[in-house]
Amino acid sequence: MLTSDNAFSTALTLILSMDSALIDIVMLSLQVSLMAVMIASLIALPLGAALALWRFPGRNVVIVALNALMGLPPVVAGLCVYLLLSRAGPLGEWGLLFTPTAMVIAQVILVLPIIAALTRQQVEALHGEYAEQLNSLGLTRLRMIPTLLWDARFGLLTVILAGFGRASAEVGAVMIVGGNIDGVTRVMTTSIVLETSKGNLPMALGLGIILLALVTMINAIAHMIGETAKRRLG
Amino acid sequence: MKKATALITAGALGVTFSGILMAADDYITLASTTSTENSGLFDTIIPTFTEETGIEVRVVAVGTGQAFEIGRRGDADSLLVHDTAGEEKFVAEGYATERLNVMYNDFVIVGPSDDPAGISDSENVIDAMQRIAESESPFASRGDDSGTNRAELRLWEDAGVTPQGEWYRELGSGMGPTLNTAAGMDAYTFTDRATWVAFDNPQDLTLLFEGDEALFNQYGSLLLSAERHPHLKHDLAAQWHEWLVSDKGQQAIADFEVDGQQLFFPNAE
Repeated sequence: MLTSDNAFSTALTLILSMDSALIDIVMLSLQVSLMAVMIASLIALPLGAALALWRFPGRNVVIVALNALMGLPPVVAGLCVYLLLSRAGPLGEWGLLFTPTAMVIAQVILVLPIIAALTRQQVEALHGEYAEQLNSLGLTRLRMIPTLLWDARFGLLTVILAGFGRASAEVGAVMIVGGNIDGVTRVMTTSIVLETSKGNLPMALGLGIILLALVTMINAIAHMIGETAKRRLG
Repeated sequence: MKKATALITAGALGVTFSGILMAADDYITLASTTSTENSGLFDTIIPTFTEETGIEVRVVAVGTGQAFEIGRRGDADSLLVHDTAGEEKFVAEGYATERLNVMYNDFVIVGPSDDPAGISDSENVIDAMQRIAESESPFASRGDDSGTNRAELRLWEDAGVTPQGEWYRELGSGMGPTLNTAAGMDAYTFTDRATWVAFDNPQDLTLLFEGDEALFNQYGSLLLSAERHPHLKHDLAAQWHEWLVSDKGQQAIADFEVDGQQLFFPNAE
């Protein structure tokens, strides 16, 4: 029978036992999601900033599309990546289906629109504030991108964390492209689905508590870094 | 400075990450069913196989319908599923060159302990299913084209019942989620015995009907065609396929128990 008591005690027992299978699962979850967020950030931050600075025909369409893609269902992203990486698909030769790499690719697709859309919004606001100064310095728009991104860095930290939240919480995409293979592509969220399907609800909720604790920890670290940097730089 | 830190982090992540990717090359990907995975069978028999051969087996546990699709697309090296008619069709279509009986267990009907349709004293499974339909008692169906779902639909057909109406609820879910849902809404459901015995959240559900020959549930291993998908690891997959039906493999299957109960019965010829 499930009670919140035995879910918490299961979570505690799991953490205290330092079960090696659990540690592998936690590490893989972190590696996949952090890697996805890093790759997505490298593309989405400059992309979002560029979108804020340049005016071109169809710009509004791109903005609306990015905003809409923030709500892309993970299972749809997963299905698209599955069809792409499947042996019968266009990139089947690479043999990437059911590997952590496939999971990273799927999560990049989920996270990229979030970071790009929110970066666009933040940089546009900042540019509105500083446009005159930046123009008087004679900066080209290309040169403004790093300057504005750097100035917006504290806000962008939250944007990246939102992306990380999306990546670490989703299960639909990694389940399809990873296959939830024990010891290879099993992560926290797919473990929770598996334990639920076994009817082992205390274990499922226990894993959920651990996942939540991990995400909280990462957010706390990011928050602390941000605050320290703010204080130092005034 | 920050860039350097970022680069180092990226490098460190990259190293750990590629570490995962380069782990053991001697592995096959096996598409199989949730019943074999959820019951814990693979946790018992795969380590034995790996110890003997050095081949790792990576299991993707899905419904039988999806397993066939994975096999057709060339995304798994081997299949272990439970839908004999579907498997024979798979061979006939040329996707597999050989199909072998590996083991069997049986399906059972579980439902709320007060048994509103009174199926526990049914003469046979056809009778039991007719009683559920006549009393319009809630029935949770997998509805996901899995081996269990296909077996259930065949039985409705044999019973002369068209399963539809408010009482018949197609969930489109795996066996575990279906049992969770059936438990939540006090519905009858059709399940393989292995998943049922290993299931931890029965609530008021109890086993109500079992033992009819029509509930026989055969599992088969498929050797995939090297012609269709030359890139697959056919040599390694063939070793797995042959091991399953070998004395050692059959013994490993027979040795697997949950709560002292044997869940799969080897029956390779």
